[in-house]
Amino acid sequence: MLGSILAAVGDFTAPKVDYHAVAPELVLAAGICVVLLVDLFVPEHRRWITGTLAGFFMLGSVLPIVTLAVTGSDVRDALGDGRYMVDNFSLILKALFLLAGYVVVLLSTNELEEGGYYQGEYYVLLLSSVLGMVMLASSRDLVSIFVALEFLSIPAYMMAAWRKRDRKSNEAGVKYYLLGVFASAVLLYGMSLLYGLAGSTKLTEIGKVITLTGDKVGVQVVAVAFVLIGFAFKISAVPFHTWAPDTYEGAPTPVTAFLSVASKAAGFVGIIALVYLTFPAASDVYRPFLWVLAALTMTFGNLVALKQKNMVRLLAYSSISQGGFILMPLAMAGTGDAAGPALRAVVTYVIIYAATNLGAFAVILAVSRKTRSGEISSFGGLFSYAPGLATMMTIFLASLAGIPPLGGWYAKFGAFRAVVDAGGGWGYSIAVIAAINAVIATAYYIMVMREMWMKPVPDGDVTPIKVKAPVMAALAITGICTVLFGVLPGLVSKVGNLSDLAGAFGR
Amino acid sequence: MLLNQFLILGALLFCMGVYGVLTRKNAVMVLLSIELILNSVNINLLAFDAMTGNSDGNVFALFIIAVAAAEVGVGLAMVLLIFRNRKNISLDDLSEMKG
Repeated sequence: MLGSILAAVGDFTAPKVDYHAVAPELVLAAGICVVLLVDLFVPEHRRWITGTLAGFFMLGSVLPIVTLAVTGSDVRDALGDGRYMVDNFSLILKALFLLAGYVVVLLSTNELEEGGYYQGEYYVLLLSSVLGMVMLASSRDLVSIFVALEFLSIPAYMMAAWRKRDRKSNEAGVKYYLLGVFASAVLLYGMSLLYGLAGSTKLTEIGKVITLTGDKVGVQVVAVAFVLIGFAFKISAVPFHTWAPDTYEGAPTPVTAFLSVASKAAGFVGIIALVYLTFPAASDVYRPFLWVLAALTMTFGNLVALKQKNMVRLLAYSSISQGGFILMPLAMAGTGDAAGPALRAVVTYVIIYAATNLGAFAVILAVSRKTRSGEISSFGGLFSYAPGLATMMTIFLASLAGIPPLGGWYAKFGAFRAVVDAGGGWGYSIAVIAAINAVIATAYYIMVMREMWMKPVPDGDVTPIKVKAPVMAALAITGICTVLFGVLPGLVSKVGNLSDLAGAFGR
Repeated sequence: MLLNQFLILGALLFCMGVYGVLTRKNAVMVLLSIELILNSVNINLLAFDAMTGNSDGNVFALFIIAVAAAEVGVGLAMVLLIFRNRKNISLDDLSEMKG
């Protein structure tokens, strides 16, 4: 045994690593180490440096992404075995995760300084979580998908429970943790079956085996279903959503913004990789499965959102129902020529949703600093004393509702076009359900707008809100993106082509 | 080949784990049940690995063991946090937020 291992060592040649391709990950990893060390040696009153550094490293690792996008070939095989691919699909999503991470750093700065919560550790965890997402976007292998998924989840569990003395925050963390870990375990069981069927952990190799033919159809169906259930937890699809509202309400607001945007987007990236690379021939299993999940998710999320009194909880249910809209095109990915439009619809939706939702949370953060309340009624008369914030919130809510000419409109349009293109009974029926849901969703977004524009100020306190500079910057970034993507949809309509995802549908 | 026996053991462990997660009210017991599921996955992977002969399954199982250790570390820390703030770790009492 030992002899054979030693004999094998003699033949060992190190794999050729394309360092340019993995440069974003390396910069982030260096950032984690630097922030950790700086936190160790910097006195308490200067700990804000860690936040600045974290933001610096997030933006720093966008640079190699830009150079990768403009130079060289479209597909780079980072480790030379097809298990870690850097293609245009992964580049655009990496950029999204890093910019979302940067906005979350901006939102966290004041919140953490005033609360006196362990700043250095927080930014280390945030960077780790973003590194996990960046890795997930490139992972084309079961092992690396699993490791990346845990890498992004485990720090997020801790961030959700960040307010140690607050019972709500504890509860948020524990619920997120238990259901998240349970989901990973179910996902792993599905993955172990996939490995058993294919004898390989490489996604494209498994894709050749999962054809729903032969004598192992039963195992194939179970494996596909378990893997999809595992990811359904991560994207909080109904009926696997139970953790989401409590976690979003209990966690600190910047963490909620991070979870509802970046963490969710990462779940979708995982599903895309599996549907397009591993299950291209199994659409008879994933289509009904994702169809039902999408229909339930958007309907249930919307109906419960209608009766919410707490602003963050309202956005939690709104983000659940938005998840249904993102899932909708994926369900139809295997129908006819819908694969291309579906991929583009999902990617553009995720990008636009990220900008809009982060913006909405930035406004909530700014307003709740003054009102010290999360109730929707505390937004009463916001326009009379903070017209800027009220206008921004209106823009973000209108974008979430899909009102032209804001970004959310183009996102919804793409999703509808993809399913209608796919056509057939499945396609048209989900389009009808989604159309009804789009109307229901508008109702509660308008309810919040009415509160801000028409209702009186609840406690009569009309001192203007001073928005801190980092939150202002976050509002500017997200606001500009939300409006720009709607007015000039050409900016995002070029991303997410089927050819961007190397090996999609066996190509 | 003994593959079937290993897979049945794995499936049994998986079912026990899922049952435990769904019925147990004690946070530590839920954590243990999740460990059962992870170990059922490891058994599956090792059995398949022995069948196919490439080492992907062994590597995967090693990664799962390492990541599970990190997960349990975080989980027990959170249970400790809850115990400090509430003096019990029953999951039924964790219901500050409703709706």
